[in-house]
Amino acid sequence: MPNSQMTPGIAPGRLPGQLYQENFSDLHPPYQPHEAAVAADRCYFCHDAPCVTACPTEIDIPLFIRQIQTGTPEEAAKTILTQNILGGMCARVCPTETLCEQACVREVAEGKPVEIGRLQRFATDTLMDAGQHPFARAPETGRRVAVVGAGPAGLACAHRLALHGHKVDLLDARPKAGGLNEFGIAAYKTVNHFAEREVAWLLQIGGITLHAGRALGQGASLDALREDYDAVFLGIGLSGVNALRVEGEDHNGVANAVEFIAGLRQAEDLSALPVGRNVVVIGGGMTAIDAAVQSKLLGAQTVTIAYRRGRDRMSASGFEQDLAASKGVRIVTNARPVRVIGNGAAREVEFEYTEETAEGLRGTGETFHIAADQVLKAIGQTLDAAPANLTLEGGKIAITGAGRTSLPGVWAGGDCAAGGDDLTVTAVAEGRDAAEDIHAALTGGDRP
Amino acid sequence: MASLSCDFVGIKSPNPFWLASAPPTDKEYNVRRAFEAGWGGVVWKTLGEHGPPIVNVNGPRYGAIWGADRRLLGLNNIELITDRPLEVNLREIKAVKRDYPDRAVVVSIMVPCEEAAWKAILPHVEETGADGIELNFGCPHGMSERGMGSAVGQVPDYIEMVTRWCKQNTRMPVIVKLTPNITDIRHPARAARKGGADAVSLINTISSITSVNLDTMSPEPSIDGKGSHGGYCGPAVKPIALNMVAEIARDPETAGLPISGIGGITTWRDAAEFLALGAGCVQVCTAAMTYGFRIIGEMTSGLSAWMDEKGYESLDQVVGRATPNVTDWQYLNLNYVAKAVIDQGSCIGCGRCYAVCEDTSHQAIAMSADRVFSVIDEECVACNLCVNVCPVEGCISMVAMTSGDTDARTGRTVSGDYANWTTHPNNPGSCAAE
Ligand SMILES: Cc1cc2nc3c(=O)[nH]c(=O)nc-3n(C[C@H](O)[C@H](O)[C@H](O)COP(=O)(O)OP(=O)(O)OC[C@H]3O[C@@H](n4cnc5c(N)ncnc54)[C@H](O)[C@@H]3O)c2cc1C
Ligand SMILES: Cc1cc2nc3c(=O)[nH]c(=O)nc-3n(C[C@H](O)[C@H](O)[C@H](O)COP(=O)(O)O)c2cc1C
Ligand code: SF4
Repeated sequence: MPNSQMTPGIAPGRLPGQLYQENFSDLHPPYQPHEAAVAADRCYFCHDAPCVTACPTEIDIPLFIRQIQTGTPEEAAKTILTQNILGGMCARVCPTETLCEQACVREVAEGKPVEIGRLQRFATDTLMDAGQHPFARAPETGRRVAVVGAGPAGLACAHRLALHGHKVDLLDARPKAGGLNEFGIAAYKTVNHFAEREVAWLLQIGGITLHAGRALGQGASLDALREDYDAVFLGIGLSGVNALRVEGEDHNGVANAVEFIAGLRQAEDLSALPVGRNVVVIGGGMTAIDAAVQSKLLGAQTVTIAYRRGRDRMSASGFEQDLAASKGVRIVTNARPVRVIGNGAAREVEFEYTEETAEGLRGTGETFHIAADQVLKAIGQTLDAAPANLTLEGGKIAITGAGRTSLPGVWAGGDCAAGGDDLTVTAVAEGRDAAEDIHAALTGGDRP
Repeated sequence: MASLSCDFVGIKSPNPFWLASAPPTDKEYNVRRAFEAGWGGVVWKTLGEHGPPIVNVNGPRYGAIWGADRRLLGLNNIELITDRPLEVNLREIKAVKRDYPDRAVVVSIMVPCEEAAWKAILPHVEETGADGIELNFGCPHGMSERGMGSAVGQVPDYIEMVTRWCKQNTRMPVIVKLTPNITDIRHPARAARKGGADAVSLINTISSITSVNLDTMSPEPSIDGKGSHGGYCGPAVKPIALNMVAEIARDPETAGLPISGIGGITTWRDAAEFLALGAGCVQVCTAAMTYGFRIIGEMTSGLSAWMDEKGYESLDQVVGRATPNVTDWQYLNLNYVAKAVIDQGSCIGCGRCYAVCEDTSHQAIAMSADRVFSVIDEECVACNLCVNVCPVEGCISMVAMTSGDTDARTGRTVSGDYANWTTHPNNPGSCAAE
C-alpha cells in the first residue's frame, strides 16, 4: 500500500506524485513583460529614494525600474548587477517586505509597494536567459587572492576581485559552490536549479578558479593561505548548529533543520524523501519557517512551529509567518521544549509555557505535549571552528571597516562576520565591499 | 432630473452626444447599433462626389500612443473619406433617418472646390431627409493632396466661398468643420460665419507621426516600409481642441456662432468642459473606437448627475458658462499671490516636489533628514509644478494669500485690488491708471 499523510512515523511518498511538482513550484511566479511594464509604471522615481537606502547593496532601484519601463530590461539588469552580482538570487530570496518594499513610499501610502523584488527578477532573468555576462575583467594585475567559502559573500567578493583583474582561488568545503543558496534557501524560492545556474553565470567573468571540496582547516591552513596569497577573504558562513540541550534530544527523528533542508535541496526525487507524519519545528526564524513549510509540502499531516518567546519576537517576517499559516503550519509561541518523549524514536515533545518577565524569559510551570515523529531544530547556527588567532566578537569574526579582521591581509564577510543581518543580500554587500577594500589595499600600497 | 435634450441650430437630439464623422458612422449597420446604444446623433462618414469611390490603403491605417497599461492616449489615422459608393451611403442614410426620426443625422461632405460639384451632391443629400450637412475642410492627409479637406480649410477665402455655395444651394443647416492645422483658428471660423455658416465644428485631426519603428526605420503605421503623416485624435488632443473652441467662443467676430465641440472627448467630464467653454453639442470618435458604443451610458448618466448636483436643468444653462472666464494673459490679476502648502498628513515622502523644484524651478522646497518636505515661502512663486508632479491628489495645494498679508518672497503687502500687466510699471507700454 502506498504511503499517505496518515502513515505513521517518518515515511517518503506521502503525496500523489504530481503534487510534489505543484507544491515546490515558484513561490512568486515571474512577470510577463506586460505585467512588468505595468508594475514598473507604479514607481514614482522618488528623490533620494528610501528603497535604495533600505537595500543593503544600495541598488539604484528607481533607475532600474525606469529602464524596465522604457523597454530595456537588460540595461536594468546591469544597473542591478553592478551593485549586486547575485541580484538574481536576491530578487527571489530577499525578505523585501522588511527591506526595499517596506521603505517604498507606496507601501506607506497604500500598503501596496512597488513590487521591487519581482521587477528585479524580471530584469535579471531577461539578461541571464539571454546567456549574457555583462562585465569584462580589467587587465590582469598579477595579484592573487584566496576566497574561502563560495556562498553569497565569497561569490560576491570573488567576482568583484576578478573584475578588478586579480586572480582568485575560490575554496569551498562542500562539493558544490553556492553556500546556502544551494543548500539552504527554500526550494520554492529558487526553482529549476537557479543557484547552480547563477554560479556558472557568475564565473563567466573569468579569473576565478573554483576548488570545491577543499576546506580550510583540512589541508589548507589560514597561515598557509596568508603565505601563498596577497590577501585572504573568509566567507565561511555558520556551519555549526545550536543544540537544544533537553532530555531525549538523541532520539531518532530529532534532526537539525538546516541538514533536513540541505537534503531536500539536493534530492533528485522529492517523493523519495522521508518526512514525519507529525512534525515539530523548534525555533522562530527563517530556517524554522522554511523547514516547517517544506515538511508540510512534502506531505506531513501536521506541522507545528514552537517558539519560546512571543510572536513579535520571531525573527521571521510577518510575510513568512503568513506564508507558513497559509500552508497549514501551526505556530505556537511562548512554549519551550522540556523533553523529547519516545522509545528509541521520537513520539512527542513536552513543552512548558513561558512568559517574559523583568528578569527575562521564565517558565510558567504549565506543560503540554505535541505529537512528533520528527523534530527539527532551528534554534540558530554558529561559527564552527573559526581559525584560531582571529579575534571573535559575539561568537563571530570581529571586523572593522569593510571586513578587516584582526589579522593583517585577512578579510571576512557574510554570516561568519560580526554585525549585519544574516541575509543573502547582506552577505553580498559585505563580500563586495571587502573586495573593494582588498583591491584598494593591493593597488594603493595601503596593505594592512 | 436635468434634461439632456439638445437643439443645435435646429437639429434636435435626445442628448448632445453625437458620433463624429469617422468609421463608427460609415455605414447603416454601425449607426443603427449606435442609436440603439443611446447616441443622440451621428455625423455620417464623409461622402465624396458621385463616381468611383476613393480607395484606402490595404495595410494598417492607425498608429497609437499608449500609457503603461496600454491605455490608448492618442490615435492617428491615414484613412480617407468613405470608400463606399455614394448611392449606397445615401440609401442607408435615408433608411436610418426614417427609422430614427428623433436622432440627429448630419451628413459630412467633401467634394472638389468647384460650385458645380457641391450643387450636384446637395439635392441627393437633402433627399435622404438628413437634418443637416457638415463640410469637411479638415482631413490633413490624402484628401488635401487632391485640393480638398484641409487644403481648403487652411485658406479662409475658400471656406467662405464654399460655405456660401452650400447655403445658396440647400435649405439644410450648414456646419463647417475646421482643421486645427492652422496658426490661428479664429480666421477660418470668421470666414465660415461670413459665408453664412450656421455653425462650426472642431477640431478635425492634427497632422502627426505617432512613432518610428527603430528596427525598420519606418514611421508607424507602416505600409510596406513607408509611412505617411496622419491625423491625430483621442485624449491627447483635448487640450488643443478646448483652447480652439474657447478662442472662437470669445472672439467678438464669431461670438454666438454655434459650435459643435470635437477632440478627445472620452468621458462625460470632457464633454461638460467643452459645453462650458461654448460648445452647443459634442462629437466623439476615438473614445467610441477604443471602447465601443456602450460608453454612451456613462456619458449621459455622468453629465446628467453632474447637472443635477449643480442645479442645471437644461444644456443651455451650461453652454458657455466658462467662456467669460477665458481671458488674455495681460488681463490676469498680478496682485493675486498664492503659495504652495504641503499637507504633511497626506504626504507620502516621495520627494518628487523637491526634485523638480530644486532642479528645475525656484529651490522653494526644503527637505529634512527625515524626509519632511516643506515650502520655503521666501522662494515660492506659486508656479504649481509641485502640485502637478505630486502623486497624491490634494496633498499640495495653492493657497491664495489674503490682502494685507506680506508676501515673504517680495516683502510686499498683498493688495486686494485687481491690477494687470497693462498697468504694470515694468510694462513699457503701460499707461498708469490715474
Ligand atoms: C534554511 C535557511 C533559509 C534561509 N533563507 C533565506 C532567505 O530566504 N533569504 C535570505 O536573504 N537569507 C536567507 N537565509 C540566510 C542566508 O542564506 C545567509 O545569510 C547567506 O547564505 C550567508 O552567506 P555566506 O556567504 O555568509 O554564508 P553561506 O551561504 O553559509 O556560505 C558559506 C560557505 O562556506 C563554506 N565553508 C564553511 N566552512 C568552510 C571551510 N572551513 N572551508 C571552506 N569552506 C567552508 C560552506 O560550505 C558554504 O558554501 C537562510 C538561511 C538558512 C539557513
Ligand atoms: C479613422 C478616422 C477617420 C476619420 N475620418 C473622418 C472623415 O471622414 N471626416 C471627418 O470630418 N473627420 C474624420 N475623422 C475625424 C473625426 O471625426 C474627429 O474630428 C477626430 O477624430 C477628433 O475627435 P476624437 O478625438 O473624438 O477622435 C476621422 C477620424 C478617425 C480616427
Ligand atoms: S520607494 Fe517605491 S516609488 Fe519610490 S523609487 Fe523606490 S520603488 Fe519607486
